Amino acid sequence: MKISSTLYSIQQGIKNIWRNKMFSLASIATMSACIFLFGLFFIIVTNFNSMVKDAEENVAITVFFDKGISKEQTKKIGEDIKKRAEVKSCKYVSAKESWDSYKKRYFEGHEEYADVFENDNPLKNAAHYEVYLNDVSMQEHLVKHVQALDGVRKVQHSKDVAGTLSAFNKFIGYISIGIIVILLGVAVFLISNTVTVGISVRKEEIAIMRLIGATDFLIRAPFIVEGIIIGLIGAIIPLALLYSLYGNIVTYVGKQFNVIENILNFVSEKQVFVTLVPVALILGVGIGLFGSMITIRKHLKV
Amino acid sequence: MIKLENVSKEYVAGVPALSDISLDIDEGEFVFVVGDSGSGKSTFIKLLLKELDPTSGTIWINDKPLNKIKRRQVPKLRRNIGVVFQDFRLLKDRNVYENIAFAQKVIGENNLHIRKKVSKMLSMVGLAAKYRSFPRQLSGGEQQRVAIARALVNQPKILLADEPTGNLDNNNAWEIMKLLEEINNKGTTVVVVTHNMEIVKVMNKRVIRMKKGVIVSDSKQGDSNDED
Repeated sequence: MKISSTLYSIQQGIKNIWRNKMFSLASIATMSACIFLFGLFFIIVTNFNSMVKDAEENVAITVFFDKGISKEQTKKIGEDIKKRAEVKSCKYVSAKESWDSYKKRYFEGHEEYADVFENDNPLKNAAHYEVYLNDVSMQEHLVKHVQALDGVRKVQHSKDVAGTLSAFNKFIGYISIGIIVILLGVAVFLISNTVTVGISVRKEEIAIMRLIGATDFLIRAPFIVEGIIIGLIGAIIPLALLYSLYGNIVTYVGKQFNVIENILNFVSEKQVFVTLVPVALILGVGIGLFGSMITIRKHLKV
Repeated sequence: MIKLENVSKEYVAGVPALSDISLDIDEGEFVFVVGDSGSGKSTFIKLLLKELDPTSGTIWINDKPLNKIKRRQVPKLRRNIGVVFQDFRLLKDRNVYENIAFAQKVIGENNLHIRKKVSKMLSMVGLAAKYRSFPRQLSGGEQQRVAIARALVNQPKILLADEPTGNLDNNNAWEIMKLLEEINNKGTTVVVVTHNMEIVKVMNKRVIRMKKGVIVSDSKQGDSNDED
């Protein structure tokens, strides 16, 4: 395609948008809403995933041994656990360490109360392994395996935390996919309507172009440009909005709720937008292109 | 230049718009195609532009059979055929210069080339002073001149004019016919579809008369016979 034809197509694409201001605005607004929601869910899911990961790192399985078990047997159990792919780390905690930790937690400031147990560790059978996982959803699987090991008395784990975290993550994912699919459909429909109006407004011009030997591509290109521009603007607006909102929300939460800031560990702006910007732009341009292409195929049989 | 061999066209099966038409138009000829409405004149023009394909028979333009031309090659064919209509078909939101330049833009010419060519065309049709005017500011005759300039700016070998004087008063009609004759004198093959028999008689050119989709007479130059 020659430079002059390319410029002509871009110029006419922009003119089309200008001529059908109201339809174009409606398309851009819907597209913006669609990509805004997409971005919002993306941010929520990204942050949630990060928080789940943090939580996963803190959800441990505790493995207690049978009374009178030998050191070799304990070691063997530890090695078996460490070999598992879903295990991130496995730490041995002796009975003394368990008691020290307990004392620290429950007798803080009044350590003298614990002195009565000095020669008789009440947690003498509490030596254990603290096992941390890569993926909390694999917890159930690992617990079953460890329970079956020789010398294991009890495996303590929080079934609910693991289950809730993975289920909630999936739930957010499904909801966001559902809403985005509906909005994408609406956006494609509106872009298609805008392009249809554009085609009917330029009907005469298209007829003349055909007669004077314009190629199919040149006749169609302005409408494709129109769809792409609508998609692009419809992606840039929500991205700018989300960027400014995200920064402000993170700062606000940091200032107002110092306590929960440690729990709600937000992902940095850069980390979120380095993926969100290209994905949203591709999505916007893609929807614009798709909307105009299907309309051209339907209404502009050259 | 233009050749039709046993060409028929049926829009509805069994109802022919054109029946078994055969004719030859040589390079540089000036031909009138006359007939009442429904005689098949418009179908004839549409077939030459490959807007329609014949139901049977073959059409050649510049020695190329149109049935062998692929869809993507149709634009190239049309660049060799200028076309003018009764209703001018100008772009109302563009001025005279832009309307003529439009034909060059769609074939991808650069601006410098366009400027030169459009200026030449404006002088030829006598509208150099009105290049900034919009169609609504021009008379019917002037609008038709713009349409002719647009049809010729890509230097086609053939000019098809479908009722070019249909919307014009007598004076303007004659001006347009003179212009078409000048264009023909410069070597362009001109085919004019009309029902203005007065013009046909005075112009004294070859006349193909059609009736109900059939050629009823094809009289050579100066052999016109007004039956209407």
